[in-house]
Amino acid sequence: MNVHEYQAKEIFARFGVPAGEGKVARSADEAVRVAKELGGERWVVKAQVHAGGRGKAGGVKICDSMDDVKKVAGEMIGATLETKQSGGVALPINSVYVEKPADIESELYLSVLVDRATRRVTFIASPEGGMDIEEVADKTPERITQIAIHPAAGFQAYQGRQLGFFLGLDKKQVGEFVKVMKGLYEMFVTTDASLVEINPLVTTKQGGLVALDGKLNFDDNALFRHKEFADMRDVTQENEREAEAAEHDLNYIQLDGNIGCMVNGAGLAMGTMDLVKLHGGEPANFLDVGGGATTERVTEAFKLITAGEGVKAILVNIFGGIVRCDLIAEGIITAAKDVGIKVPVVVRLEGTNAEAGRKLLDESDYELIAAQDLTDAARKVVAEAAKG
Amino acid sequence: MSILVNNDTKLIVQGFTGSQGTFHSKQCIEYGTNIVGGVTPGRGGETHLDLPVFNSCADAVAETGANATMIYVPAPFAADAILEAEAAGIKVIICITEHIPVMDMLKVRAVLEDSESVLIGPNCPGVITPGECKIGIMPAHIHQKGKIGIVSRSGTLTYEAVFQTTNIGLGQSTCVGIGGDPIHGLDFTDVLEMFENDPQTEGVVMVGEIGGTAEEEAAEYIQHHMKKPVVAYIAGVTAPPGKRMGHAGAIISGGKGTADDKFAALEKAGVATVRSTAEIGSKMQEILG
Repeated sequence: MNVHEYQAKEIFARFGVPAGEGKVARSADEAVRVAKELGGERWVVKAQVHAGGRGKAGGVKICDSMDDVKKVAGEMIGATLETKQSGGVALPINSVYVEKPADIESELYLSVLVDRATRRVTFIASPEGGMDIEEVADKTPERITQIAIHPAAGFQAYQGRQLGFFLGLDKKQVGEFVKVMKGLYEMFVTTDASLVEINPLVTTKQGGLVALDGKLNFDDNALFRHKEFADMRDVTQENEREAEAAEHDLNYIQLDGNIGCMVNGAGLAMGTMDLVKLHGGEPANFLDVGGGATTERVTEAFKLITAGEGVKAILVNIFGGIVRCDLIAEGIITAAKDVGIKVPVVVRLEGTNAEAGRKLLDESDYELIAAQDLTDAARKVVAEAAKG
Repeated sequence: MSILVNNDTKLIVQGFTGSQGTFHSKQCIEYGTNIVGGVTPGRGGETHLDLPVFNSCADAVAETGANATMIYVPAPFAADAILEAEAAGIKVIICITEHIPVMDMLKVRAVLEDSESVLIGPNCPGVITPGECKIGIMPAHIHQKGKIGIVSRSGTLTYEAVFQTTNIGLGQSTCVGIGGDPIHGLDFTDVLEMFENDPQTEGVVMVGEIGGTAEEEAAEYIQHHMKKPVVAYIAGVTAPPGKRMGHAGAIISGGKGTADDKFAALEKAGVATVRSTAEIGSKMQEILG
């Protein structure tokens, strides 16, 4: 789960990670109040959306008067912002973060994540702050370094020094940097974070360090023990249908194609999408209905798939494990009727009582196309989609 | 022969008296798995499914000599259950539970690095040696005793591979679901090594998916250490980057972990790959002749 920059910075501060001075505002007037409270002569107004790359997309503006703060905040709030990292959608701006500008000397990159290969919490650092880190990794890999933290020993100061000197910091800054890393590590493990990314972490002309931006993701599986963070969820930043699917405990991801897919199991769901593509079709979504595939879940799944414009045909692929296929077939027939599906539905059922299930599908007054096997299913659904 | 579990496996079930634990324990017993008891803290001394319930893994091991455990404990308590099993000296720990926090699994893995116990899962269908021992949630009837070892990150894709190898009469030696989480127990390489050393296994099916580098490591291992043929399939060619495809581990991040990268690594290592899930069995048959 993602949170906004203002939420991340508030959590940073709790762990002693300096994040500058600023506050969130939900209206132009509030932005002005915040700017007055902060004092000074210049302010940075930043659109709060769940995506990086805001600066280049016009989501970060420097203001040098209260009128300017009011104007910029007023224009941002209520508008939308599409960035290189927002996945092709424009995200609604419901609030802005108003902060004092930092006296930037240099920009660094620092992130914390779980490296699955080493199975360690790992820091990644680069002196190339403010850049796209993937690009740095690609073009100048020697400008990136990483260090893994042993879960029993935890973060050690030498690890901070090692990274700090790599970044070219002076002795005093390295001392500060060690404190920043210590705070970030403690934050990472106690909050069950899955990613912290500070890009840039800046050194100031006064010799300090400030997290100028802050990206913080939490492990969804651990939210049960962090109600405070779970409440920070902003569904306006998420795909509407994906959020709705999550409410019903369905795994759904929207794609661009015209063939709706409903499958049990995440791996088979991916495999089914790939198979559709292999046979010349384009999947409209990823959808895992889970092992149960009950009438209720199948109904919700059909609703989600058919809510998508341009879905020309649907492929249902269920490998009935312990659940009997005849029961699943009944569920599919009932759900298809209830939802009133208007596009062809190809069904591949395999597993316990598959024959009985297929017979039910064939005999149903609702027109469902039973497939003999996986390849047959993919061919049929691609052919049906091509007709529409 | 087979790997990990067989007729000599004495299994306990953690989370034995819960609905999932009860349902799947019954199925395993029906299959012939030797379940010798279960653990539900606070219910020691009771009987469930005609078997003794213990307060702890240590009690269960002392009383029954159990050498394997199957865990259905809910996610918030599952890491604790795995570590309890390890502390009790249980050699094969199979954790079915999904949604365990990553931070919990980091600690579990650190403990297991210095342990004689092995963990399979979490978030996996389990392990089955057809005709001998079924531990997990896989549908028993699609399996058939035979010569193909199957190792997979996905439950339902494992069933596809099983179903296809059964239909063409090859059957399976052992099927291992290693789970869809980013931090888990045994990895492809560990299981491939076991299959390479198992006389019953004549060929191996490996089913991977996007995310991480386990398939690339497996490719490296196969190239240098395996003589037996391997057929590999990777799910997620059509998966968009940055999106978590159901499994917590199935995510393409920073351009890494794509299906194309994995296919390329496997093909470079001389592994027979298939682009269609439907062709896993037929490819293996073609190779074994």
